[in-house]
Amino acid sequence: MAIVQEFAQQMINGLSLGAIYALIALGYTMVYGIIKLINFAHGDIMMVGAYVGFFSLSVLGSNILVAMLFAMLACAIIGVVIEKIAYKPLRNSTRIAALITAIGVSLLLEYVTLFILGAGQRVFPETAFPVTNYHFLGILVSNKDLFVIISAVILMLVLQYIIRRTKTGKAMRAVSEDQEAAVLMGISVDKTVSITFAIGSSLAAAAGVMIGVYYNTVNPLMGIIPGLKAFVAAVLGGIGIIPGAMVGGFLMGILETMVSGYGNSLYRDAVAFGVLILILLIKPTGLFGKNTGEKV
Amino acid sequence: MQTFNKTWTRFLAEAAVLAVIFTLGQYAITTGLLNQYYQINLNSICINIILAVSLNLINGFTGQLSLGHAGFMAVGAYVSVIMTNRLDFPFILAVLAACTAAALAGFIIGVPTLRLKGDYLAIATLGFGEIIRVVLQNIDYVGGPSGIMGIAKLTTWAWLFGSTILTLVVITNLINSSYGRAIISVREDEVAAELMGINTTRYKVLAFVIGAMFAGLAGALYAHYFYIIKPDTFTFLKSFDILVMVVLGGLGSTTGAVIAAIFITSLTAALQSFPAIRMILYALILIIVMIYRPQGLMGNKEVGRKTLARMWGEKK
Repeated sequence: MAIVQEFAQQMINGLSLGAIYALIALGYTMVYGIIKLINFAHGDIMMVGAYVGFFSLSVLGSNILVAMLFAMLACAIIGVVIEKIAYKPLRNSTRIAALITAIGVSLLLEYVTLFILGAGQRVFPETAFPVTNYHFLGILVSNKDLFVIISAVILMLVLQYIIRRTKTGKAMRAVSEDQEAAVLMGISVDKTVSITFAIGSSLAAAAGVMIGVYYNTVNPLMGIIPGLKAFVAAVLGGIGIIPGAMVGGFLMGILETMVSGYGNSLYRDAVAFGVLILILLIKPTGLFGKNTGEKV
Repeated sequence: MQTFNKTWTRFLAEAAVLAVIFTLGQYAITTGLLNQYYQINLNSICINIILAVSLNLINGFTGQLSLGHAGFMAVGAYVSVIMTNRLDFPFILAVLAACTAAALAGFIIGVPTLRLKGDYLAIATLGFGEIIRVVLQNIDYVGGPSGIMGIAKLTTWAWLFGSTILTLVVITNLINSSYGRAIISVREDEVAAELMGINTTRYKVLAFVIGAMFAGLAGALYAHYFYIIKPDTFTFLKSFDILVMVVLGGLGSTTGAVIAAIFITSLTAALQSFPAIRMILYALILIIVMIYRPQGLMGNKEVGRKTLARMWGEKK
């Protein structure tokens, strides 16, 4: 019984972490699906979101949902601006050039934040989210877990609705499938890319606020590792495929908590990269990916 | 016969110039003309030249974006320190072991990952670099997260100068050989290169292994200059540092990499008390260079004997 309880406990932790990874992974996958760019700065957008959430909680004293909305709005704008300034001029250059630029944007966000706000950690105000623990069959479930998992699932459902049922979503799918054909059908690629960045960045911001709630602290470099892991999650599910990112995110979160719960927690960062390398070598298109031949 | 003599004269002239530079450096260091601050700077410049030129072989000439250079540097640093600090081997053997180990790591990592293309390769190499670091953090024999302290200072000016020149000579000669042409053809058009009968995987791995080997050399020199090594020194931010030099200098220009390494290292030293500003500048360099001059400052041009000769108006 104790073993089952222990396992269930790890699953709960894994699901919370996985929900956060999945939200970040969605942004990676959407952007990659549309402009074939690994937006290296995505994790840092999440960090900015966490800070916006932090300040609206501590300075404005707003409640957690309002803080999350603020963060999502702010990051949507930042995401669009970054795309317009840094990525748009490179849309027709090599993918390596775009990737290097994305690394630059990532460093810029990190160190501008560090420069302005200092390198130290800031603690999320405890009053913003009073923790209650529920005991259920010997398993500890806190309202943090519930908050993270439920809001992540709601956001994913909204995203699915936008992508499947609205005209904007149709445009996004069309551009990611065949950009030239989409242009011929009268779809504005620029506008669609902007919307993609806005949605992806706002999901990252939501994840940022969740990380703030979950781990209680924010710091300027907090986006790097979750960003990389979410990227691995996106690749695991098949980059460019939206349900893939969700599944990949949850798998990644569960795997990571299992490794640190049952194995050596110091290795948990290496696990993500090990998974990445294994997928890339065995099935580079990811779990949900289809094979496409190389065209000359 | 005449060409033979010409080659020899040129070689001797160059050797003489290098000997003069070396002696001047040695003189400046022993007499204290260069104070400690500038000595450390000079040391960093040499190490960064080795790193930038070797990464440029992979990223610039072969066109395979690797973000794991710091990992190979870590392998070299740790292996050399184990050899000198723990097993009491002479420094030269330690350096050779460091190069071999890093090259071997490059081979083991390169063979599977070089099948990947572009951004996937970049992320996979970044992942491997991080794995190397995390593994080092977990080995108690090498001090775990706190690393190894009290390393003997065995890196002398002669070692630095010699290693830098060796790196430059080996990589320039490699690029100018038939191997080099094959390597460049992989960058220009992999499919076409393959159709011309070039075993592209082989050349990619070759470039990767040689690049890793020199990164190991740089790691050994680094470890034996700064007394202390720890896994945190070799994060992917270190790889990005080197990438900034390669991108700024020009992907595919050895002289560009050298110039950028000197420039960036001096900039780093000047901004030592403002680390955030330094990183913001790095970031802006990456973005602005990619948007406005994606080929870097030098493109794929080199400053060599010919340019110098033209500048001095040498007669034909």
